[in-house]
Order: sequence, then C-alpha cells, then structure tokens
Amino acid sequence: MNPKDIFELLKKEIGDQALELVEKEYHDPFIVVRANSIVETCLVLRDDPNTLFDYLVNLSGVDDKDKFVVVYHLYSLKHRHRIVLKVYLDRENPHIPTVERVWRSANWHEREAYDMFGIVFDGHSDLRRILCPYDWEGHPLRKDYKTPDYYKGIKVPL
Amino acid sequence: MGLLNRLDNPYNISPGIVLGTMEDLLNWGRARSDWYLQFGLACCAIEFMALNASHYDLMRFGCIPRTSPRQADFIIISGTVTLKMAERIKRLYEQMAEPKYVLAMGSCSICGGPYWKEGYHVLKGVDRIIPVDVYVPGCPPRPEAFFDGMIKLQEKINKQKIFEKRARVAQEDAKNGNIGNIHLPHGWEEVK
Amino acid sequence: MSETKTFEIDFGKVYSERMRLNVGPQHPSTHGVLRLEVELEGEVVTEIVPHIGYLHRCFEKHAENVTYPQVIPYIDRMDYISSMNNEFPYVLGMEKLLGIEVPEKVQYIRVICAELNRIANHQIAIATFGLDSGAFTPFLYYFRDREMIITLFEKLSGGRLLYNYFWIGGLMHDVHPTFAEDCLEIVKQVRKTNDEALDLLMYNKIFVERTANIGILPADVAINYGCSGPVLRGSGVPYDLRKVEPYSIYDKFDFDVVVGKGEMGTLGDCWDRNIVRVREIYESCKIIEQAIEQMPKEPCDVRQAVPKRIKPPVGEFYCRAENPKGELGFYIISDGSPKPTRVRARATSFVNLSVLPEISKGYMIADLIMILGSLDIVLGEIDR
Ligand code: SF4
Repeated sequence: MNPKDIFELLKKEIGDQALELVEKEYHDPFIVVRANSIVETCLVLRDDPNTLFDYLVNLSGVDDKDKFVVVYHLYSLKHRHRIVLKVYLDRENPHIPTVERVWRSANWHEREAYDMFGIVFDGHSDLRRILCPYDWEGHPLRKDYKTPDYYKGIKVPL
Repeated sequence: MGLLNRLDNPYNISPGIVLGTMEDLLNWGRARSDWYLQFGLACCAIEFMALNASHYDLMRFGCIPRTSPRQADFIIISGTVTLKMAERIKRLYEQMAEPKYVLAMGSCSICGGPYWKEGYHVLKGVDRIIPVDVYVPGCPPRPEAFFDGMIKLQEKINKQKIFEKRARVAQEDAKNGNIGNIHLPHGWEEVK
Repeated sequence: MSETKTFEIDFGKVYSERMRLNVGPQHPSTHGVLRLEVELEGEVVTEIVPHIGYLHRCFEKHAENVTYPQVIPYIDRMDYISSMNNEFPYVLGMEKLLGIEVPEKVQYIRVICAELNRIANHQIAIATFGLDSGAFTPFLYYFRDREMIITLFEKLSGGRLLYNYFWIGGLMHDVHPTFAEDCLEIVKQVRKTNDEALDLLMYNKIFVERTANIGILPADVAINYGCSGPVLRGSGVPYDLRKVEPYSIYDKFDFDVVVGKGEMGTLGDCWDRNIVRVREIYESCKIIEQAIEQMPKEPCDVRQAVPKRIKPPVGEFYCRAENPKGELGFYIISDGSPKPTRVRARATSFVNLSVLPEISKGYMIADLIMILGSLDIVLGEIDR
C-alpha cells in the first residue's frame, strides 16, 4: 500500500483524527495524528489486513524548537511497506498515551524519549529514566539544556 | 634493574649468589606477577580482549585476570567512564588491597577522549576520582602501546620503597588516630 | 529381634525465600557494563530488571553539534565491534539525500569490508558465547582469525578497531594492491576454523545440553519486541535487509538467508540463535568471493564523489542497513545547515536486549548467562 491509501484507510477508520498526509521532497512521507488518538490509530494500522504494521522500527522524540514531536516508524514484515506517524506535542506540558500495549518494543523507546526530552507517556507501565542515572536533573536532548557543573561532587565540564 | 639481571653480570664471579635487599626481591616478585581486575568498559575493552587472546598473549607478563577486586593488584580502566559508573569504580578501587595500581587505557579514561566537549554524562578523566599510575594514550591504544604501559608499570613497581611507605602510612595513621595499638618495629619511628 | 518399619516420606514442594541478586555492572559475562537485578526463587529466575546507561556517552548530543562527516567517528564508537557496518547506513542515507552517485568500485569495497566485519563480529559473538559456557578453545581459534581481518582493516584505514573508512560519497583510500589475495586468504582460513568450531563447539554434547531448549523466543514475540538480526532469524523469520530490501549492490550476489530450524530442540532457543551466526559466516564468505571476482581491477579515485562542503537540503529520512546484530537505522533531520538537527540511532542491541526479561523467566540463573550471551549485545550501542 502506498502512503495515500494508508491515509485514506485511516480517514475511514478514525475520521478527522488523522490530520494530514505530507509528501514532500527529501522527506519520508508521514501522517500527522492527534495525540489522544494515537493508540487507536496504531491499533488500526497493526490489525487491518491491508496494512499489518506489526513491526515498530523506531520511536523517537524530537525537539522542534516550539514543539516536541514524537515520530513512529512502522514497517510491515508481510507487506513490506512502511509509514511514518508524527504527533506534535505542546512544549509546556508534553503528554501522550503510550503505545506499549500495541508493540512491546515501544516500552524502552518511550522510556528513552522520557529520559531525553521529558515527554510523559500516560499509562506506561514503568516510566523511569533509562540512560541517565535515576537522580539526574533535566532532559539532556532538549535544545535549551545546560550541562550541570557538578554531579554528586564530581566536576562535569572539562 | 631486576634482581635476576644481576646474574647476567659477567664480572659476577660466584654465579648463583646475588646480593640485594629484601625489597628488591619482593619488588621483583610483585612486578612479575601482577593480577589485574577484569573490567571492560567500552571499545578499549575489545582491544583488551584481543590482547588477552592468542596473538598478543598478555599472560606472559604474569598478568592473570581476576574477577574480584580483593584479589587484584591493579585495575585497568579500559574505556569511557560515565558519571553513572564513576561511583562504582571508586568503590571497586577502594575494595582492592594495598599495594594497588591503576592503569588508564585509552584517551577516554585519560581525559574524556572524543566525548570531551558535549559529554554531559562522561567523566573527563578517571583521575578525577582515583589516582592513576600509568596512562596509555590512544583511541584505542594498540596492543604494543599497552605493553609499553605495562613495562612502565613494572619499572615503577621495581623502584618502589614499600617498607618505607608502609612505615609512613602506619605513622600517619597512628598520628591521626585511625588505628589503635600498632607496634612499629624498632628503628622505624625515624623513617620519614 | 529386628523389626522392619516402612516410612511414608512426603516429598513436598520446598518454598524457599526469594532473593534479589545484583549481576553487574562489573562482571565478565554480562558482555560489558550491563546491570541486571534478578529475583530468584532458589535457583530459578522469577523476575529480571535490566539497568542500562552505564556507558551513556551522549552520542545524539554530539551528533547535533558536529558537521555531517564528523558524525561518522562517533558512529564507529557505537557498536565498536562492527564499525564498518555501522557506517554503512549513515553514508548510504546521506548519499541519497545529497543525490551522490558513488563509483562502482567503491560499492564493491564497501560490501567486502562490511562482510569481513560481519565475520569478525560473529567470531567475537560465538567466541564469547563459548566462553560463557566454559569453552575456552574456540575463543583462541576465533581470535587468531579475527586478527587477520583486523590486520587487513589496518592496512586499509590505519585503525585496528575504529576505522572512519566510509566517507560520505566515497572512501578514505583506495585498497592496497594485494587486497584481493589477502581477502581470499582470510576467507579460506575463516572457513577452516568455522568447520572446526562446528565440531568443537556447536555439535559438542555439553554445549548442546546447555543451550538447546533454553531461552525460547517465539517468532510473534520477537516481532512484537522489534527484534532483528540473528535473534529474529533464529526464531525462523527470514528477515534480512540485504535480501528483503537490497541496498547498495547486495542484489548482485547470490547468498541465502540463514534461519533457525529448531534442530537441537525448540525453534528459537539459544542454540538456534548461535547456529545462525555460525552459518552466516559461510554466507559472508560467499559474498566476499563473488564480490572480489566482480570488482573492477583498475585503480580508481575513490574520493572523486566526496563533496567539498556538505550542506544537505531541508529534509528528514530514515536509513537502515543490516548490521551483524540486526537492523541498524538512523533517523536524520536536516534543517539545511552543515550540522544535523537530530540524529536518532535505532540501536539494534537496545531493541534486542529489551526482550531479555520476557524470555529468561523460569530458567535457572546459569541459563540466564547463556540467554544473555545468545542475544549478542554491545553496550556501546545500547547506551550510545
Ligand atoms: S579511547 Fe577511544 S577506543 Fe577507547 S573507549 Fe574511548 S572512544 Fe573507545
């Protein structure tokens, strides 16, 4: 299925929760979805016999200056096609439902996005930091992050 | 030089008899059977594995890997030390018995290596938390470079005055009241 | 007078106290600085919580602060056992974005290097897996051979472990004149050692007993957890990016995708995952031989397509390639400046490790080490 058909399917299944399909030069085609309908969208994409996206390749958080973006790269082992989903979140209070129950690989990816950007995944079974120490302050991959001077009495900068 | 090298001396008319101090003998033994704490951290650890394997054979230096810090003479910090790890390295170092040595392998453990600039989670040099005896630079250092470092460490051990050091430490401890009832041997009080 | 009494002995179930055990981060068999919090009932594992991040070296932060070609050395240091393979998806993606056509010879050299590095990676994986199970000899054999591959890479790039050999649009240098002969020599030796290792390790009764029927990973679980590489293929799913989505020039070669078949026990156990690696070495040897045969012989300027200044158009894309450990991908966002806005690495081992708590419950603690070894993880990639 090409991205257009997938978008049509989504339109049929979840109505106007799927906002738009973007096909630009130098961009992988992506579909923008509303945050509160992400689980529904993913379930449709995973279970519909025409799409069968059973493989979550990647889930990344992105700091897009005034917004946070959560990007899902999906792939289907059977049909061998792929699609990208994007959810724009507001910077002050980034909340999004977890897709851990759809693909279990999302568990660690979401923990990493939480660790690096502070995006909160509602309903996640174990939302802790994953790479940084548990008592780390701040979210390092935000563009406005400042490296701390000391951590537990150890000087950090060179 | 090592004790046994004196046997090679052509002017030594009574082969088999070597005059030396007790310290020489002890140092000679210590320098040639260094057991190390096995602690792979990052890419350098892979090079270190190659060092242990068939081609380079680290064991000919008398280095035997130990997995417990209590049995180790020196620790090889091979790789990037992160802040999450720093605490543990310090603890492992403290668990080792004196005399103990530290060999920092790779530029990461010397100064942060390629991660010096933006590494918010990288410790810029392991010597910020534990004292280092030998630095082996490189990213990763070649096995030959590591051997050079190993020889440097042996030289350092050879030259050490361990009796003096022990006496000094004991005196300091006694002065600070760290240990009760220690019996310094006769004549050691004067040693500085 | 003697009297015989019979006793009824009640062999009831013993309930022992649950114990929480800490494995790592300083432990020889965790393959790096992985820490596992294990809950045991007697010897049986009931719960596992992996703690990672002990080697978090801020790759993604660095990538945002250096130019595009400067990212490559950091990528080398992610999965430091197979650096050549790591560079592959990144340079492929960048070339696609910039619209660069690389010379044919460069393509061939890249494939040969990637396959040689795949062999080296699998050799380490099998050797250390053998070490975990107590077999020391294969370790020595495999490392002797690996040293040959490393020496060849050193001739090519100057580095023994981290190469920075693939550049965007080309290579660092052309190959040396005896490259083809060296490769064929290596292939011959690798095949021989692999045959030996099959006897010595894989079909050894002790090894089979320790790995067959242990850590069974069914195919649907593996897919749901996003596993890839030998971990997924060991469960019988023929998913290999070199075949399903041939990148570079992989469509010119004839090779098979190795999958586990459950020969020694259940499909998807530790033995299956490991035999996939052993057999993949043979497949890589095949690819190398074909590539050497087809490779253009005359010297070529491998830097002719390397751009002077790299300033890609605004865009974002996901590029991927088959790493020895599985699918390695980079999600790169460019805003038109010489530095990337975001480089997100889809680290193979990171995803593969997340399946560990699922498949090791109910086995003995000694089996846990085998399961961990069969996943072939590299902590540099997990923590980045
Ligand atoms: S010095 Fe280089 S090779 Fe060694 S751990 Fe650091 S980055 Fe890796």
